[in-house]
Amino acid sequence: MKSPVTFWLNGSETAVFVDAGANLLDVLRRGCGDLSPKYGCGQGGCGACTVLIDGEPHVSCLVLAETVAGRSVETTGGLSNGPDPHPLQRAFMEGFAAQCGYCTPGMLMAAKALLDRNPSPSRPEVEEAISGNLCRCTGYEPIVDAILEAARQRGAA
Amino acid sequence: MPTEYRKDLFADERSDDFDIVGKPIIRQDILGHVTGRSKFYDDHAFDGLLHMRCVRSAHHHARIRSVDSSAAERQDGVVRVLGGRDVPVNVNTLLSLINFGRDDEPLLAIGKVGYVGQPILAIVATSVRAAQEAVDAVKVEYEELPHVLDVEEALKPEAPIVNEEYPNNTFDYFDTYDHQKLRFGDVETAFSRADHIVEGEYQMSPIEQAPMETCGAIAAPETNDRITVHTSTQALFFSVGVTAKQLDISSARLHFIGGTVGGGFGGKVDSHHEPLAALACLATGKPVKYMWDRAEEMQVGGPRGGERWRIKDGVMRDGRIIARAFTGFFDAGAYTRLSSYAVQKSTGHLPGPYSIPNVASNVYCVFTNRTPSTAMRGFGITAVDFAIERHMDKVARAVGMDPIELRILNAYRDGDMKAHRREAKNCALIESCQAVAQKTGWSLSADAMRASSKVGGGEGALGVIPETVTDDEGRIGERRRSGLAPEPLSGQGTRRLLPEGYSSNNSSAFGNAPQREDMEAEIERLGFKGATVVSSTPQGPADQTASSARPIEPRETAHAMHPAGARGGPSLPAAYTQRPASTINQPIAQPPERAPGTPVVQQPATPPAAAEAENESAATHFQRGVRRPGVSRFISGSRRR
Repeated sequence: MKSPVTFWLNGSETAVFVDAGANLLDVLRRGCGDLSPKYGCGQGGCGACTVLIDGEPHVSCLVLAETVAGRSVETTGGLSNGPDPHPLQRAFMEGFAAQCGYCTPGMLMAAKALLDRNPSPSRPEVEEAISGNLCRCTGYEPIVDAILEAARQRGAA
Repeated sequence: MPTEYRKDLFADERSDDFDIVGKPIIRQDILGHVTGRSKFYDDHAFDGLLHMRCVRSAHHHARIRSVDSSAAERQDGVVRVLGGRDVPVNVNTLLSLINFGRDDEPLLAIGKVGYVGQPILAIVATSVRAAQEAVDAVKVEYEELPHVLDVEEALKPEAPIVNEEYPNNTFDYFDTYDHQKLRFGDVETAFSRADHIVEGEYQMSPIEQAPMETCGAIAAPETNDRITVHTSTQALFFSVGVTAKQLDISSARLHFIGGTVGGGFGGKVDSHHEPLAALACLATGKPVKYMWDRAEEMQVGGPRGGERWRIKDGVMRDGRIIARAFTGFFDAGAYTRLSSYAVQKSTGHLPGPYSIPNVASNVYCVFTNRTPSTAMRGFGITAVDFAIERHMDKVARAVGMDPIELRILNAYRDGDMKAHRREAKNCALIESCQAVAQKTGWSLSADAMRASSKVGGGEGALGVIPETVTDDEGRIGERRRSGLAPEPLSGQGTRRLLPEGYSSNNSSAFGNAPQREDMEAEIERLGFKGATVVSSTPQGPADQTASSARPIEPRETAHAMHPAGARGGPSLPAAYTQRPASTINQPIAQPPERAPGTPVVQQPATPPAAAEAENESAATHFQRGVRRPGVSRFISGSRRR
């Protein structure tokens, strides 16, 4: 039995039919065609599927799709402003903060949630904010550096 | 932290006018990564995509009495149930593509399972959930068999046979040995002359690569009778070759797309997903995805193999290591995959970055009822390096020496001859040690600080290939397949042990005849001798024209440079910058008298059987690790059959 769900995906009103019990990750990837959140574990353990729901980071593999009805969902697919990268994306590119790139969309969303709430975080605050996101290429240092750099850039702008 | 480049080191060996190296650069694929647009294999959408899940072994080791999938087949959404008999070529080994090893691993198990999680059936359904529910509905009746999970337990005669293709529970090297052997000089004689003997045992665990993206593949039919396969593989051409082989179709029908891998670390080379997905695609005519979930990735994904190493060093009072013997056990799990190669790789790495004139090693690739192990970041190297470096610290304590100074004293220097018979070049261990000491405020002696990788290398016995003496087990060439080879004539070399014209899959690596011209030049330059000159067949003119390999004329350097007590005296200079010409006072192996260039045909002083008995009685540490009392030395085929 499928039921219709309407929500805001990266600022656009989106309607999709979902199976009962379907998780948000599957619905975003298969139903909405937004492939930026990644499946890493399906258990909320790795953070690769992190999206923002009403500005708060969530692991979308553990979110029932029907619960986002009427709410705002942000993914890495909507992070850049047209051709212009988001400051976080730019900092990740310039700071070599991605290796295989599989954890990157989740990292970016966790970092965005932090910077939206706290524009000039300390290093421990950045580390805390991405503590739910695993990077198996173990590139944590450049990732933390890039997030701090993005905060500096935004502060300067 | 800014990177500090020590450009003062080896400045004359390096150019600094590179366009790219040493300069920050934006990666060409990073825009895709930060926008989420990089296409990993699962980022391809197909209408009507089917999903595959596997029925997996619940036991370490069991005979499969029966498999009943009738209930599963009736379930909603189930499209196809595939078993081992549906796979055209079910049994394969990854390195068969390069003619290394025998096919030993079924894609889907028939009759027997060798590890927990081994796939038995593959079920294709319209959703992951439907496929999983069908998997849960399959009834498999097992007859549990005794299992073995420890490498040395697996080598005991009473151990269960893990892998029927290798009934001795060891991979066969060169179709002759049940281990990979390395011999350089004469460790036993050197041990008897050493001031200290230092022994150690080191055990490393298996490690799962745990990539963020789980392994998988999507196979979809193309309109032109080809199959497109999107895959997470790290080894696209392995995967193409394996799929073509196991499906028994032309690789021209396979269109593989990969390269964007969500972390691999070695765990994505096994090429099991692509053949199964492509088989299901052929069987259903629909796009099929076979993707591991995280639990499968952790349980059945091939890990880094566990390794056990025993090291025995002969050390002089001043810290010079004159002999090092290894016994290694590499846990391959239930099937070979890449472990056979890992063992060779580890052997090529011995004895570590140190110049030791006498080295011996026997490394076993052992089958156990664990998850088959495979590649992972430096596999075959990292574990033995850990063992070696722990052992260096142990040696330092034994001789009361600073551990960094011990390393500097024994480090490779340019021009030293390595145990695998290549000259050491571009060595930098001494400089690395010095830099570490400086950085950490570790004080080194003035001699150690003055040492250089460029000074003192290749002096005396450290610069030549010593005569490889008769093996401590009797002779090199033991542990051969019964009945295949004639009785060995002597301990010299191994080619003679193979019948004339005999060619095994991998004998070329052992044949000593260089395959490439640049290698020939290298051997001539080094004055390669020893086993090389032992030719299995008479080298007549006809042979020379028939063979592309030129006969190698040994130079007499090794004999001449072996200073038989040339330096004399018991004094053991401790200067680092100028090492003694020989680390021991006597040449460790007396080379046989012979005319230059003539093949050595050394008659054994005693008949082989007698020589063997003699050596049997010499119980040494090294022998302990390699001899299994009561076990036939002959391998696969004769031990248990």
